[in-house]
Amino acid sequence: MMSSKYDLTDEQKELVAIAREIAEKKIKPIRAELDETQEFPYDIVKIFGQSDLYRVFVPSEYEGLGMGVYESSLITEELSRVCGGIALAYAGSLLGTFPILLFGNEEQKKRFLPPIASGEKLAAFCLTEPEAGSDASNVRTTAKKEGDYYILNGTKQWITNGGVAGLYSVFANIDISRGIRGITAFVVDRDTPGFSIGKKENKLGIRASNTTELIFNNCKVPAANMLAKEGQGFKVAMKTFDMSRPGVAAQALGIAQGAYEEALKYAHERKQFGQTIYSFQAVRFMIADMAMKIEAARALVYQSAKLADAKDPDSGPYSAMAKAFASDVAMEVTVNAVQVLAGYGYMKEYPVEKMMRDAKITQIYEGTNQIQREVIATHLTKELSRLEKK
Amino acid sequence: MKKVIVFIKQVPDTSELKIDPVTNTMIREGVPSIINPFDMYAIEEAVRIKEKWGDTEVTVITMGPPQADAALREAISMGCDNAVLLSDRKFAASDTWATSYVLSKAVGKIGEYDVLLAGKQATDGDTAQVGPGIATWLGIPCITYVNNIEEIKPGYVKLHRMHDEGYDVIEIEGKFLLTVLKELNEPRIASFRGKMNAKKAEIPVWTAEDIGADPAKIGFMGSPTRVVKAFSPPVKQGGIKISAEEDPSVPEKLKSYLREKLII
Ligand SMILES: Cc1cc2nc3c(=O)[nH]c(=O)nc-3n(C[C@H](O)[C@H](O)[C@H](O)COP(=O)(O)OP(=O)(O)OC[C@H]3O[C@@H](n4cnc5c(N)ncnc54)[C@H](O)[C@@H]3O)c2cc1C
Ligand SMILES: Cc1cc2nc3c(=O)[nH]c(=O)nc-3n(C[C@H](O)[C@H](O)[C@H](O)COP(=O)(O)OP(=O)(O)OC[C@H]3O[C@@H](n4cnc5c(N)ncnc54)[C@H](O)[C@@H]3O)c2cc1C
Repeated sequence: MMSSKYDLTDEQKELVAIAREIAEKKIKPIRAELDETQEFPYDIVKIFGQSDLYRVFVPSEYEGLGMGVYESSLITEELSRVCGGIALAYAGSLLGTFPILLFGNEEQKKRFLPPIASGEKLAAFCLTEPEAGSDASNVRTTAKKEGDYYILNGTKQWITNGGVAGLYSVFANIDISRGIRGITAFVVDRDTPGFSIGKKENKLGIRASNTTELIFNNCKVPAANMLAKEGQGFKVAMKTFDMSRPGVAAQALGIAQGAYEEALKYAHERKQFGQTIYSFQAVRFMIADMAMKIEAARALVYQSAKLADAKDPDSGPYSAMAKAFASDVAMEVTVNAVQVLAGYGYMKEYPVEKMMRDAKITQIYEGTNQIQREVIATHLTKELSRLEKK
Repeated sequence: MKKVIVFIKQVPDTSELKIDPVTNTMIREGVPSIINPFDMYAIEEAVRIKEKWGDTEVTVITMGPPQADAALREAISMGCDNAVLLSDRKFAASDTWATSYVLSKAVGKIGEYDVLLAGKQATDGDTAQVGPGIATWLGIPCITYVNNIEEIKPGYVKLHRMHDEGYDVIEIEGKFLLTVLKELNEPRIASFRGKMNAKKAEIPVWTAEDIGADPAKIGFMGSPTRVVKAFSPPVKQGGIKISAEEDPSVPEKLKSYLREKLII
């Protein structure tokens, strides 16, 4: 097993084993079909729930198992090794739950977390808008207080789990003139009047993941559903990313691992010029590089996940490094896996072309890799002042 | 509290069993053990019944060597609440008659129950007799080859029994034992909490004495069956097919075939 070189506890090993069993027995047989049809894997979500996987990241007071980013990253990695798209039905719910985990008050946690833990409800994270991509502060969705409610108006786009979630962490601005200091986070229930699901996207990769537009049309959200305080939404989003990026990194890592295993197997079977293609240095070095970079990525991903769990003050830049590095590795490894399988790799009968398409998103969402490098570089300026003090 | 009891057997993980030509017994060495595949469907069904009814306890029972403990823990990881291991040297070499006697005595010790579930047959012994045997000892109805349960509640079931020509729809009132087929459901993957429960579970071992078994009815001496010879039966031949569309002389051919076989 991939994580076997790390000191996992018995509990962590069990989780990895469960995730692998689900991936191999239940996901592998349907991944190509769902990639083709873009159907959402409701049956698999049921299995995730039944196997307690959504409980992992929820504290035990709220019917969870009280584990953290590291354990959920181990699970995401195993699932992504077989299908990066279906894995997002797991990881996407974690992303949508982080704002509640990090900023929910006791009453909100009691209300929202148990159905997420059981898998009865998926969560979604709703920040991006047509005019707010990398510049997430440019949110145009508005929230106006009216009595005990906030009235939300606006449109979110490209929301993972958009059409299938039960709870939505939504970022809206209470006063556009306040700019970033107007952004406020809310939990919106799917059944809220004025909330509806817009267009479902047709995507390059992770096609089994459900990505949609969300429309807020005088959507009446109880004030009791506001997370943190008015104007603290941007902080909620940024702290969420510090915790969630190791998950994207783990997704990338799993996709890379799956592609590398396919390439390694194939290179030992395929014969040309009377010998296996693995005997050609050009091929074997390509695969050696895959293994080497995946191992380096794994070390960084696990370390960043542990720092996130430890609430280390530097976990943000570490998460950014892990996300950017692992996703760049995933892209390189999957492109090269297609190269190793060559013509067969380009065909849909083999899984590597899908892995290549799936890998691309990991360089884009939860902040593009350019934005990750911005996060890292900004942190490095602080590092410099620390160095100079010594 | 309602109660479902499941009978499972630990079997060697292979469909190609090797038989020792001298002793006529199975060679078990080096073969990993699994839960008899049909019993997985019985476990899954028991857990589904529990989920449907609520306030229901599922107990899983096996008679076997101490290692069979592992099979019981796997069943707990899938959602069974507790388990009993029937293990005693005196049980060794029990045939299906003695095995089902022992299992029925264990049910007697447990006391109250609503539903009993077993697999259709074990992949090693292969007799498919133990389920019906238990029901006979207990004096309750047994429905074999169950592939669909339409409705089940305490004291009532409506189900389908599969056979070669189709299926029967059967209703029963009272207590009953079902032996199940793979068409019934899809066994779940063990949950994390299930696995943790399985690790922690204390599984009692009951001996012949504990269940009050009559020593004359158990083990080799209590078993009326003697294995004389074990062999693979010939594969069942399919019927012959003569197509009238391709061959106009079919009636003639059919007549001569039937004459040849002395049927007409
Ligand atoms: C499949 C999918 C699922 C998604 N799921 C979610 C979700 O669940 N929730 C959610 O809120 N969002 C989601 N997103 C949105 C995603 O996070 C954004 O696409 C991403 O943040 C980038 O925004 P953008 O696409 O508008 O790119 P832009 O911001 O327009 O960037 C375009 C290019 O410019 C570069 N660039 C922009 N600004 C800078 C800068 N300051 N410095 C250097 N380079 C820069 C970018 O790196 C990129 O190469 C999803 C997107 C996709 C495709
Ligand atoms: C090579 C060989 C030949 C044998 N021949 C005979 C024979 O001809 N006649 C004979 O009577 N016995 C025979 N036995 C012994 C017999 O197979 C078993 O010891 C035993 O009685 C179970 O029968 P089975 O495996 O056929 O189970 P089956 O009756 O096929 O099993 C049906 C179901 O009963 C339940 N069950 C079966 N065994 C147990 C158990 N130990 N604990 C709990 N639940 C159980 C399970 O739910 C199982 O799915 C033979 C054994 C071997 C190894």
